[in-house]
Amino acid sequence: MNLKQYQDVIIKPLIDENPITLQILGICSALAVTNNLSVTLVMCAAVISVVSFSNLFISLIRNYIPSSIRIIVQMTIIASLVIVVDELLKAYDYETSKKLSVFVGLIITNCIVMGRAEAFAMKQKPLLSFLDGLGNGIGYSLILIGVATIRELFGAGTLFGYEILPLISNGGWYMGNNLLLLPPSSFIIIGLFIWLIRSLRSDQIEEDDFFVSKHSTSPDLTKREINV
Amino acid sequence: MNESIIKTIGVAFAVCLVCSLVVSTSAVSLRDLQKENKLNDKRIKILQVADIYDPNTSIAEQFSELESKFIDFNTGLTMDEYNNFNIDDYDQILVTKDPNFSTKVPASEDIAIIKNRENVGKIYILRNELGGIDKLVLPIRGYGLWGTLYGYISIEDDFNTVSGIEFYDHKETPGLGAEVDNPKWKAQWRGKKIYKDNQVNLSVIKGKVEEGDSDSSYKIDGLSGATITSRGVSNMVAYWFGESGYSSLLRELDYES
Repeated sequence: MNLKQYQDVIIKPLIDENPITLQILGICSALAVTNNLSVTLVMCAAVISVVSFSNLFISLIRNYIPSSIRIIVQMTIIASLVIVVDELLKAYDYETSKKLSVFVGLIITNCIVMGRAEAFAMKQKPLLSFLDGLGNGIGYSLILIGVATIRELFGAGTLFGYEILPLISNGGWYMGNNLLLLPPSSFIIIGLFIWLIRSLRSDQIEEDDFFVSKHSTSPDLTKREINV
Repeated sequence: MNESIIKTIGVAFAVCLVCSLVVSTSAVSLRDLQKENKLNDKRIKILQVADIYDPNTSIAEQFSELESKFIDFNTGLTMDEYNNFNIDDYDQILVTKDPNFSTKVPASEDIAIIKNRENVGKIYILRNELGGIDKLVLPIRGYGLWGTLYGYISIEDDFNTVSGIEFYDHKETPGLGAEVDNPKWKAQWRGKKIYKDNQVNLSVIKGKVEEGDSDSSYKIDGLSGATITSRGVSNMVAYWFGESGYSSLLRELDYES
């Protein structure tokens, strides 16, 4: 147990082991809440707090959890934390909670939270697990913020609701890209991020699952073509 | 030892107990704050639509400038009392679930897809210095693309000119249908007329209202990329200002003044 280990669990999930771009987890919420930067930030804060605290609490009781019911115990803890976050949002940031609506509740089903609980917190000490949750939460947030910036800026011409590129419909010059306002555009943007990160960090490139063999009839084909 | 049945049940029970305590504590302790937020949010919309909202003054104080009245949709008359309801707490959306206080809207008339309409609604009146009516704030609702839009529309003292529109709850797509919250779009409603020859004529059209259109005072620009939401808003206006909505009230008030 040394300082390096603590550093690693926080810093590695940011790019090298990013939950979205490397582990491809938590994509659903990345699609749903990224068309407005301020909403995205609140969502990120919610996910960071849920994943770090669920890791902490699960790690605290990891030695007492019978393995036959470990998943449901993890779910119970995660779900309770999400409800508390939802209640807090409704009480202290009503406007945003209205915009996030059902997606706060859906943090429960965010694979990152469950994935970190099962893969890390069940085996590691509480502080380390907490930091791992923090790192993964921030890694998730980095991608979300990136996606939201692109979608809001080029989709609606605004950032945090402030006009950056004046839209034609508001008397400006920019024609907003409506595709970016719809959830599928996040798929494309996340795909581009993955491409970018993997071309910079080539060790992230996965090996092909299968090998495409050369077409066995192709020499004949060329011959035939020549004959014709 | 972790795997024994007793231990498993014990751990499950303890986890559930602790979690339920945490959840219920947070729910109960924050309930008042949440209720207030919800109420204030609605009140701010009402004040905005009446065009008297000032973010620096207390909402309750500003809200007291408005007079709340019950309105009987069957007669078109306003009332000060209705059953045993306290007007401040009367929730007209909630009573639509109770057949004693609401009427099922026949499918052929249900253009706004509200299913049940309350028998008695609640409206807000802004008085002028002389005690006459300056503005009316009328609740409206109707189905858009993903769900029901709930809002308010305010009417000038000629009972035909729109003063403003606000939605306090909807589920439309951000950037497309949710542009019903765009201040520039909402600003167009000011000064538009509702009735033409006693028929509701105001509607959200597809595309932009052309300049020089003789009917332009009955037309609102469509929301681009949100045809169904735009149509929903049109239907909402048509329903609530039609015979089963506020038209009898507005006629009644127009005779009086």
